[in-house]
Amino acid sequence: MNIDKKIVDDFVANEISFVTTVPCKQLAGVIQEVEERDSIFHIPSNKEDEGMGLCAGAFMGGKRPAIIMQNTAIGVTINTLATLTQFYRMPLPMIISYRGELREPVACQVEMAVHTKALLAQMNIPTYHFHWQSDVKEFDNILKYTFMCNKPVAILTDANFWGGYGDQ
Amino acid sequence: MIRSEILKEIAPIIRDHLVVCNIGLPSQELHLIDDQPTNFYMLGTMGLSSSIGFGLALSQDKPVISIDGDGSVLTNLGTLPTIANNETGNYTLLIIDNGSYGSTGDQPTYAGQKTSLAAVAVACGCENVIEVQDKDLGPVLQAAIDSDEMTVIVCKCDSGNIKLPVITLDPVVIRHRFMEAVKS
Repeated sequence: MNIDKKIVDDFVANEISFVTTVPCKQLAGVIQEVEERDSIFHIPSNKEDEGMGLCAGAFMGGKRPAIIMQNTAIGVTINTLATLTQFYRMPLPMIISYRGELREPVACQVEMAVHTKALLAQMNIPTYHFHWQSDVKEFDNILKYTFMCNKPVAILTDANFWGGYGDQ
Repeated sequence: MIRSEILKEIAPIIRDHLVVCNIGLPSQELHLIDDQPTNFYMLGTMGLSSSIGFGLALSQDKPVISIDGDGSVLTNLGTLPTIANNETGNYTLLIIDNGSYGSTGDQPTYAGQKTSLAAVAVACGCENVIEVQDKDLGPVLQAAIDSDEMTVIVCKCDSGNIKLPVITLDPVVIRHRFMEAVKS
């Protein structure tokens, strides 16, 4: 299964047409796939809270948005999630590269990984963790759930899900 | 002129357009001066007025004006390259630059010192940047809205605030009526 294609196919099937991204090595393939789809407007952000602002505007303009980012971004976006996305009740699927989990080669990434789920739980953000490639089967349901309940929803995708880091 | 005087002057120009208004006193002032369903009041999230307005402009065809402040743009300086590189003609970014963080007690910003936000916007790739003095804003803003070119306006003005109440509208109500106005 091509995970990148499956994720973006599910975006398209759920009428997501506005995607902002902040890159991560793990996410390069899915970002490239987003870029190549005609039905999706891809706008890279310089910072994740900026991206959430863009998504809020896109939602109010009638588009279904999504953001793709690293889990380090949770540290950057707590205020935006609370005072914009949640306060105004806006849907936002967040595809999150879960750095610092099993098969992670960079020790510093673990320092945010150990806080990631606790922070999301503290924020009452529905959170799903994709560890096996087969977990991606749930993605379509998660997107439907997100736009049903008008909440930010986190999909944590770890190194094992993406197939590891190769020789790094 | 101070920001509330500027907002009073431009209210008739922006009344019929989609406006995303910056957190704190700017939103409270606009709400008091001319509350409209086409106004999206930010109740939190300093710095994102330009991003919210830009996302909105990219997602539908009506003109959108983001009212921002110099302190807020400095908080989210990365917004300017994003705007510059994804240009859309229905977007106007109005930065009311009073050289201070007005909502928190008029502490000075760097934009009131050595930093020129107009020069920063140009350096970020924004092609149509106009710095204007407060009393001259009206016609410049009207021209920006009427034109098919995306415009960044930096309006230099005095620092100062009026006393006024906070906005008690529920955020979901603000968002809902704004979305209905976007669709209408």
